[in-house]
Amino acid sequence: MTDAPTGETGFARVERPAPPSAAANALTFGWRAVLKFKHVPEQLFDLVMTPIMFTLLFTFVFGGAIAGSTGDYLQFLLPGILVQTVMFNSVYSGMGLSTDFQKGLFDRFRSLPIWPLAPFAGLMAGDVLRHLIAGGIILGIGLALGFRPEAGVAGTLAAVALLVAIGFGVGWVFIVIGLLVRTPTTVMTLGFTVLFPLVFASNVMVDPATMPPWLESVVALNPVTHMTTAMRGLFAGNAGVGAVALALALPVMATLVLAPLVLALYRRR
Amino acid sequence: MRDLPPPRLDQAGPSLAIAARGLAKSFGTLRAVDGIDLEVPRGEIFAVLGPNGAGKTTLMRMLATLLPPDGGTATVMGHDLMCAPQAVRGAIAMTGQFASLDEDLTGRENLILLARLWGFSRRGARARAEALLADFGLSGAARRQVKDYSGGMRRRLDIAASLIVTPGVLFLDEPTTGLDPTARQRVWRLIRRLAGSGVTVLLTTQYLEEADQLARRIAVIDHGRKIAEGTSRELKAATGSGFLHVALHDPGGLDAAAALLSERLGHPVSRNAEDTRLAVMAGSAAEANAALAALIEAGHDVADFSMGTPSLEEVFFALTGRMEEATP
Repeated sequence: MTDAPTGETGFARVERPAPPSAAANALTFGWRAVLKFKHVPEQLFDLVMTPIMFTLLFTFVFGGAIAGSTGDYLQFLLPGILVQTVMFNSVYSGMGLSTDFQKGLFDRFRSLPIWPLAPFAGLMAGDVLRHLIAGGIILGIGLALGFRPEAGVAGTLAAVALLVAIGFGVGWVFIVIGLLVRTPTTVMTLGFTVLFPLVFASNVMVDPATMPPWLESVVALNPVTHMTTAMRGLFAGNAGVGAVALALALPVMATLVLAPLVLALYRRR
Repeated sequence: MRDLPPPRLDQAGPSLAIAARGLAKSFGTLRAVDGIDLEVPRGEIFAVLGPNGAGKTTLMRMLATLLPPDGGTATVMGHDLMCAPQAVRGAIAMTGQFASLDEDLTGRENLILLARLWGFSRRGARARAEALLADFGLSGAARRQVKDYSGGMRRRLDIAASLIVTPGVLFLDEPTTGLDPTARQRVWRLIRRLAGSGVTVLLTTQYLEEADQLARRIAVIDHGRKIAEGTSRELKAATGSGFLHVALHDPGGLDAAAALLSERLGHPVSRNAEDTRLAVMAGSAAEANAALAALIEAGHDVADFSMGTPSLEEVFFALTGRMEEATP
């Protein structure tokens, strides 16, 4: 065991190249997210297992009772399940961030002369990729089971675009939680504690008209309801501008409010 | 501070890699770093020595721009810590106490990632990664995920990750904690080679041997304050003329023997980690001789004794009055 160099290159003085742009930094972090997919393909399983279970269980167990036929119910359920998928995805993203902090990886990033938000922009880029992959898988299963987007390819693409925007906005919430909470498991527990009621007390699984009036008014306030309505509308080709704007309200607000907060928390930590 | 030489004022200005005045950081009511001055000349290995919780890591994190100080000022490679943190980041690299690597990625990918962040081209980043892997003896493991690396390999990769661009100052927080002796020796050799190539190294350690082996100058820190600074030789000289070491045949008599020696020589008595030897500062050989005679007279069965210059461990004990926490 010796340190005899095979070439003096590593120890020779290496000067700093021209500083890269903020976008280049963010792309590098995005590349890291892609590498993670390559090395930890299991994470895909975590991402799509719950939505697949939900789709199958609800469609075949409750579908007939709720909507008269499993086919009709799938048509009703799938857009909301996609919303649920990207939301749960964001929890995993927050967990990943918490893990990186715990391992000290961010100390290294923070001591580099890079754009401070670059690690988060990269995280978001990775999230978008995961939303697309997970969303694609769920949509593929839906199509195989008989889901039919009436608005065709254009409507489907619009729905996917909205889905990614929703995931992007909600992602900030879990980045903040990932920055504040010390352990990845706590991020997960906290995330699902918030998300389960949000997803269930919405119009994702059942028509709110069947609920007691007080719950119906809660559901009407739930942002998940508006997201699901807009998604259904886009798939069906009858979405109004107002519905899409309502669905985007939370993601846009989250981005505007939480992005500066993330930066402040990150600098302080 | 004891009667150590004053800070070398001729080393002012641009020849200093780090110049800190009254750096302070509190967490709630805990004054983790309580007003520390530091002057580290360029191109030297400088050790910050202290027990766990002394404030070493906090001090280093402040100097590496990871933690804003509550008080004091500092420049690193001529850049002000508060006014120009981004310029400081451009001139430093830090290897934290825990390997700050992405465990899911391969060693090669970790280095390429960082090289890309520094602004290397795709090809340049790959070449830089290969060169570092070769020099750190990691070429064979380049395509393995870091989670499968041994502790020593991780630490080497972690240090390599700090050398993508040659830093003006390299911060190493406890670089060999948790490593086996072979891996530790190897990291020591790397650190020496780095210093030889002109990099200023500031390392923290709780191992006195490590500071003694590597560093030209040592600052001893306890409870957030600097209690001594100097070369290893200066620190030892400041502690007194010599140390009397005593071993007994019967370890059961150590307590009584320690009490007697402490009374005769007027200094606190320390014992080694294995509880087999006593060490105490002695003003002169005559005093040591008299104390030893009294010990034998009192019926203690002395196995062997010696008089010598104090080890850094004993220096630390003499400075802080505590031994156990400083023992690795």
